Amino acid sequence: MDQTVDIKQTWPDAIYAHFKRCNIRQVGYVPDAGHSRLIQRCIEDPEIIDVVLTTEEEGVALVAGAELGGQRAALLMQSSGVGNCVNMFSLIKNCGFSCLVLVTMRGEWEEFNPWQIPMGSITEECLRLSGFSTYRIDDPARVDEIVGLAADRAFGENAAIAVILSQILIGKKDWR
Amino acid sequence: MRSSPLMLDRRDFVKQLLQQRGGLLVVPGLGAPTYDVAAAGDHALNFYLWGAMGGAAMIGLGLALAQPKRRVAVITGDGEMLMGLGSLATIGVKQPANLAVLVLDNRHYGETGMQASHTDAGIDLVAIAKACRFNDAAFVAAQSDIAHARHLTYAVKGPVFIQVRVKTDDVPRVLPSRDGREIKRRFMEALVQLS
Repeated sequence: MDQTVDIKQTWPDAIYAHFKRCNIRQVGYVPDAGHSRLIQRCIEDPEIIDVVLTTEEEGVALVAGAELGGQRAALLMQSSGVGNCVNMFSLIKNCGFSCLVLVTMRGEWEEFNPWQIPMGSITEECLRLSGFSTYRIDDPARVDEIVGLAADRAFGENAAIAVILSQILIGKKDWR
Repeated sequence: MRSSPLMLDRRDFVKQLLQQRGGLLVVPGLGAPTYDVAAAGDHALNFYLWGAMGGAAMIGLGLALAQPKRRVAVITGDGEMLMGLGSLATIGVKQPANLAVLVLDNRHYGETGMQASHTDAGIDLVAIAKACRFNDAAFVAAQSDIAHARHLTYAVKGPVFIQVRVKTDDVPRVLPSRDGREIKRRFMEALVQLS
C-alpha cells in the first residue's frame, strides 16, 4: 500500500496510541466526521469510557470530574464546539486541571459551508485567550510527534493544551 | 405536586442530608448550594464551585465514572441545572449507578435578584430526569421526605434525581474557600487518603 495514502487515513490511530500510552480512561466527544475513526477506537476499547455529549462544554466539566476522581481524560471536538466551551474553560484555568483537547477544523480550507467560517476563523485565538497552548498540525506524518508532546505537557504540567487538526489534514467535507 | 404549599428550609435540608456522610463525594453548584454545603460543615470532599455554571452535574458524572465504588452527590440550584439540562441526557446514556443529582429548587435566581426561573413557570425537572432514564427521580418538599431523600442519595442504584422544593428565604452567605487550585488539591488528597 502507498505509505502516503495510508497515513492520510490512519493518523487518528497515532492519537489513540498516545491515549493508551498516557492511560487516558475517559474520552468526551460530540460526534464528528473528522474524529470518527478515533471515536470508534475509543468506543471499542473496554478500558476507555466513551462519553457522548450533547454539547462540548459538558466535556470540559467531565474532564474536571475525571481528574478529581484520579482518571485522565481527553476531549474531542470540532472547531465550532470550542465556542460552546468558553465560560466552562474557566473551570480548567481556575483549578489547574489538565485538559487535552483535540480540535478538528472546519471553515478554513475549501470550506463549502460559509456558516462554518466565523467560528473556524477564531477557534485558535479563542483557545489561547481561554488559557490553552495550541499546536497546529497540517501534515499527517507529524500527528504522532505533536500529539505525544501535547499529551506529555497536558498531564506532566497540569496544563491546558489544544491540538488543532487542520482542514488540510482532515480533508474537505464531501458535499456531493 | 406543584401546588403543594410544602417547602423545606435549604440549610436544614442540606445539613440533614450530609449528616454522617461517610465517604460521600459532594459537588455543590455555584451560588447558594455552595454556601449551603459549606454551612453544613466544611469538608475536604466538597468540590465547591464558584463558577462553571451548568457544569455541576457533568463534574459529578466524570467523578462518578472515575470512582465507581464511591457515592457522588451533585447538589445544585434550579438555575444551574437549567443551564446544563443536556447533561441529564448525557448522564442517562452512561447510567452511573453511584451518582445522585439533587436540585435545591427555590424557583428563582437568588444570586442575581430573585428573578423567576423556568421551574417557577412549571417546567418539571423530575419529569425531564425520568425522560432521561434516571433510575429514580423524586420530588421532595416535606420534613417527612428527608429520610427518603437520604436513602435515594446514599443507597438507591443511580442515576437518581431529587428535586427539593425549598423556601425562597434569603439566608446569610457562608463562604468557603474560593481558591480553585486549593479546593481541588484538598479534595484529591482526601480522596486518596480515603482509599
